[in-house]
Amino acid sequence: MSPRILAATTGRILRQLRHDRRTLALLAVVPSALLTLVYFMYVDQPTPPGQTSTFDRVALIMLGFFPFVIMFLVTSIAMLRERTTGTLERLLTTPLGKLDLLFGYGLAFGAAAAVQAAIASAVAYWVFGLDTAGDGLLVLLIAALNAVLAVALGLFCSAFARTEFQAVQFMPVVVVPQLLLCGLFVPRGEMAGWLQAVSDVLPLSYAVEALQEVGANAEPTGTMWRDLAVVAGSALLALVLAAATLRRRSG
Amino acid sequence: MEDAIAVRDLVVDRGGRRVLHGLSAVVPRGAVTGLLGPSGSGKTTLMRAVVGVQVVTAGTVTVLGRPAGSPELRHRVGYLTQAPSVYADLTVRENARYFAALHGRGRADADRAVADVGLARAAGQLVGTLSGGQRSRASLACALVAEPELVVLDEPTVGQDPVLRADLWAQFHAMAARGTTLLVSSHVMDEAARCDRLLLIREGRLIADDSPAAVRAAAGVDDLDEAFLRLIRAHQADQEDPS
Repeated sequence: MSPRILAATTGRILRQLRHDRRTLALLAVVPSALLTLVYFMYVDQPTPPGQTSTFDRVALIMLGFFPFVIMFLVTSIAMLRERTTGTLERLLTTPLGKLDLLFGYGLAFGAAAAVQAAIASAVAYWVFGLDTAGDGLLVLLIAALNAVLAVALGLFCSAFARTEFQAVQFMPVVVVPQLLLCGLFVPRGEMAGWLQAVSDVLPLSYAVEALQEVGANAEPTGTMWRDLAVVAGSALLALVLAAATLRRRSG
Repeated sequence: MEDAIAVRDLVVDRGGRRVLHGLSAVVPRGAVTGLLGPSGSGKTTLMRAVVGVQVVTAGTVTVLGRPAGSPELRHRVGYLTQAPSVYADLTVRENARYFAALHGRGRADADRAVADVGLARAAGQLVGTLSGGQRSRASLACALVAEPELVVLDEPTVGQDPVLRADLWAQFHAMAARGTTLLVSSHVMDEAARCDRLLLIREGRLIADDSPAAVRAAAGVDDLDEAFLRLIRAHQADQEDPS
């Protein structure tokens, strides 16, 4: 890996994004629009005394989930385009290292996701009065890390897709089970044992737990840091696996 | 001096089909070598093997004294794929600057490469909005931007108007005069005459490896198109009657 090539690659990906105004607008607006929906879904639901309101509970998890699903899709398609347009083959004949390319995507889309999460968090806290015991900046950190995880998973999964149709199908396969089992719909502790076991190996569960820790505790907890380490480790593992699927030579 | 490229007994299978059948050939340094042959004859596969992105079944490919695909060659070899492989959502200049940066080259090199392929006026345009010919020249600029010792160009002149084609060939010869080795594929026979050396392949086998003049002399005709036709027929007759 070379810092110069990594920087050039990250810059190139961000420049591509900058030329795509519609994608930028969608990245900026969609999570906040969806949060608005969530707000009005729960606005008339009574909150039992002493409990977190349903909006606070759901919106907090959504702040981590939106960058996850969006960046997974964006990355899968971006990497597939590199393969189908021949730019990947050409890049692999240059001094670019595989990790330069993969970390370049992680950095560029991670930065885009951080901006996206900042906008969504600002709307959640200041427009809809989201209330968390812990610091909102921790929510941002978790959301950004979650996006990097999604980028890594997207890079890995795109190796198994030959067409856009296939790439899009990986979204329900990879993302939806993680959403169902992350503890949003049914607390993880109340699930059947085997579902809990599945939930335990899905990285999104840890991101959601970390967000819940920030929601419930004024100071960062050890559980939260451990969860963040698991998410970061999963992202790194997915990047290494993605590098293993990138072959300079093909048939 | 040793050859820029030495291919020995190269066998390549793609999609369960044998594409190259034990092909051997050499490409001399500092010259323009044309790789001629009809569509599907194995030109692209041979070029992919030279730049080291093709899985080979048997045989060796030596490039600038090293096995093809060696990491140290990635600075020294430029590759133009047949379909333009540039980023459609970047401008011509941004594409050239990115590929320049991968080789540690600066903005001046990128701007020069863009000007050399006649795209100076379109430098600020998104590649996605260019015509097909312009797009393939943008791709060419990215292959030449680092001034590699060996340039492998897969059909660089397809879709270019005659004036531009002449310009590009003049540029290829100017590069060769400075010591660059060029391997250029084409399926247009009138481009064969512009090469210093010719490799003619058909159905994955080498049919001729000579200068255009020698090819004409061997076939006994002046027209290269006709010369190739005769060589192909002679080759087929040999195969049918090995005695």
